[in-house]
Amino acid sequence: MTNSIGEIENAKAMLVIGSNTTDAHPVLGYRMRMAKRKGAALIVADPRRIELAEDADVFLQLRPGTNEALINGLINVIITEDLMDRDFIAARTEGYEAMAAAVAKYTPEYVAEITGVAADDIRKAARLYGGAETAAIFYTMGVTQHTSGTATVLTIANLAMLTGNMGKPSGGVNPLRGQNNVQGACDMGALPPVYTAYQAVANEENRAKFGQAWGAELSATPGLTVTEIMDGAMEGKVKALYIMGENPMLTDANLHHVAEALAKVEFLVVQDIFLTETAAKAHVVLPAAAFAEKSGTFSNTERRVQLLNQAVTPPGEAKADWEILQDLAQKLGFNWQYAEPWDIFDEITSLTPSYGGISYERLYVEGGLQWPCPTPEHPGTPILHGATFTRGKGLFSPVEYTPPAELTDGDYPLVLTTGRNLYHYHSGSMTHRSKAIEAHSPEELAQINLEDAARMGICDGDLVKLSSRRGELKTRVQLTDMVPPGVVFMTFHYKDAAVNLLTNDKLDPVAKIPELKVCAVKMEKSAS
Amino acid sequence: MVKLTINGRNIEVEAGTTILQAAEKMGVFVPTFCYDPQLSLVGACRMCVVEVEGARALVASCCTPAGEGMVVQTDTERVLTARRANLSLLLANHPLDCLTCEKAGNCRLQDYCYLYGIEKSEFSGEQKEFNLDDTNPFFVRDMNKCILCGLCVRTCHEINGAGAIEFIKRGFDSKVTPAFDDPLEKSSCVFCGMCTDVCPVGALTPRQGMGKGRSWDLDKVKTICPYCGTGCGLELFVKDNVVMGVQGDVDNPVNRGQTCVKGHFGVDFLSSPERLTTPLIRKDGVLVEASWTEALDLVASKLKEVKGTEIAGLASARVTNEENYLFQKLLRMLGTNSIDHCARL
Ligand code: SF4
Ligand code: SF4
Repeated sequence: MTNSIGEIENAKAMLVIGSNTTDAHPVLGYRMRMAKRKGAALIVADPRRIELAEDADVFLQLRPGTNEALINGLINVIITEDLMDRDFIAARTEGYEAMAAAVAKYTPEYVAEITGVAADDIRKAARLYGGAETAAIFYTMGVTQHTSGTATVLTIANLAMLTGNMGKPSGGVNPLRGQNNVQGACDMGALPPVYTAYQAVANEENRAKFGQAWGAELSATPGLTVTEIMDGAMEGKVKALYIMGENPMLTDANLHHVAEALAKVEFLVVQDIFLTETAAKAHVVLPAAAFAEKSGTFSNTERRVQLLNQAVTPPGEAKADWEILQDLAQKLGFNWQYAEPWDIFDEITSLTPSYGGISYERLYVEGGLQWPCPTPEHPGTPILHGATFTRGKGLFSPVEYTPPAELTDGDYPLVLTTGRNLYHYHSGSMTHRSKAIEAHSPEELAQINLEDAARMGICDGDLVKLSSRRGELKTRVQLTDMVPPGVVFMTFHYKDAAVNLLTNDKLDPVAKIPELKVCAVKMEKSAS
Repeated sequence: MVKLTINGRNIEVEAGTTILQAAEKMGVFVPTFCYDPQLSLVGACRMCVVEVEGARALVASCCTPAGEGMVVQTDTERVLTARRANLSLLLANHPLDCLTCEKAGNCRLQDYCYLYGIEKSEFSGEQKEFNLDDTNPFFVRDMNKCILCGLCVRTCHEINGAGAIEFIKRGFDSKVTPAFDDPLEKSSCVFCGMCTDVCPVGALTPRQGMGKGRSWDLDKVKTICPYCGTGCGLELFVKDNVVMGVQGDVDNPVNRGQTCVKGHFGVDFLSSPERLTTPLIRKDGVLVEASWTEALDLVASKLKEVKGTEIAGLASARVTNEENYLFQKLLRMLGTNSIDHCARL
């Protein structure tokens, strides 16, 4: 997030796109509704009539995979009706002309054809967003898990810059990070091309700095991303795979491919708290401690680094991941001597400028700090891009609409889109083992529209077979008007109805994110 | 700024500050049931009454702004009598099963009765006889214990926005319940559990930990939720090395005590019998228990057998910064940059 959670309730206008906030980030959903009760305008854009849509001033129920066209449409109206912030554009940005030229054809009428949203609703939304004193944009995987994900993110940035909504309280562009420490994992360099805080591996100085600190010769060869790792395993290029606390056997697109890849790897180590679907395939399984059984830090979606305190000891011989990694490093001949997580944190801060001023002492006393926090005196940064952007001027990017990689046809006439529900979490290795949650929400209920159901003679609770070009599964259904006709929604929480057997692993070319939000499927009634 | 006197001491506060807030600022205790700084003011419970010089009646300090030159007394005989009468009325209608009540030791009704010496009610009358709502797996609602402070109702409407519960009927029959007096499972309730956190008495009790530990036996440990990227602060209640319950951490700036169902009721996976407790090594196709030495020796030797660039690793969006840092450090030291995690999923 460019901005902070505490600012949400004071927003004047909010555009929530591709985020089922009340289910996936419930506390942020509460804050959005608080803002709404205080008079903020709320625009919700989603293929499903999600809970937040009930509170919306305008609900834009767009076809799955048409986000960038919709945003371009909003920009088109804002330019046509002169709702943009000319001073901001002049002082803080470049590339406006090219972007404006690109969106010229995205008139509300043209966008209505692509998205299925009424042209007047597009106008109304643009006026609410563009006319507000400050307006914030929130999005999640509904934007990024598309082959056009990066394009959509760019045009979202266009929209925010166009209206001068950057660097202001209750404004900004706010991707809501899905997992408790996904921000931290990125910050810590758990990404192929970068060390901590996005310091590029390709840069020789960075390699020298980290190499010296770690006492090792570091490789300049670019690393592989998750999907490339799986492909590499298939081709025999990746021989040993070490998975810590992930369950790609349920969360990745096109599971058959993942299963084949994992079966091909010569040596698979999985470190986890449960024998997950992935761990069950491993050659060695290492038992790890869970969040309450260790100390350390997490970094949340607003870049706030917060302290975890150990409450209980790990079960049996399970150990904290950092202890396991240290033991292994020592066996590999590396002289690692960390007595406590804070020794590791001190090393991190010494190598990571944006974390440089953070310490356990400060976290304990000040209760969390938002990076960038470069010096011990620095108060942390609740709002990014205050006076300048990271690259100096903000760059507008012309963005064109491209349809999803897989479209419906006679064989696969329905669009399948995926997401979360409120109760379960991700692959569910934790929530399925929570008694109350599992009792309340024990099985997948795919959402299908009443019209589709009536046509196919399907009743609430029936079992159906869903198939795509990649696989098939059986699931029970709920009939609902949350999804429009022609669209099926499933979560990826349940292994008995593992939706990623069906999803498309076609990637966004830049971010390498698979198109989990759109694929073509067919549905048949199933007897058992 | 406004100057006033509370219990003979002078204080200066910003205009708009209530008498209660001013008193709290001075460290002067004023009892409350229906007050919560994050919720709208209703002044319904009358526990916070104080005497203001020149005012005919006692005033509810939670919703009376401090005035210039005000002279306030928080514990005159008149105030204490009013509070005692108030407690006595509540008690007339409240089950006295403190011996087994989960809330004992952490109950404001119990605390105030102790403080003001109310052993039993001076009033006698009918007792409420509502059915327990124990139809959901998360918490039990016993409206016989409810003192109608309305904190849960306001939390549900003003913090969550779910608006699942309301007051119905008036007077003696008044109660807090979902629309049509349905069980919660049939309402718009999303089981965030925040109503159970604010209930000052034993009317709303989480099932986890019921009958497993008195409130005074529980250690409280503050940490961060293991689920979504919001990063809510949680307070874990621990006894005998087991997490018995969870509440939102009101001091955490991110969530200010707010939670969703996962953070509040979803961390009992910690003591699941399915937890991995020893390393496992695949032998003849099956995973069998092994010692740490055996397992790590094997991993180390296998990693040394292959070229650095043939090694890849998936780190985790679920483990700490320190652990992700070490993971990529280890793999990069082994000569590979193929480190990723599921940020994209
Ligand atoms: S659990 Fe949450 S949603 Fe349900 S009644 Fe209580 S406050 Fe409302
Ligand atoms: S309590 Fe709910 S909203 Fe808060 S971090 Fe946990 S999962 Fe997210």
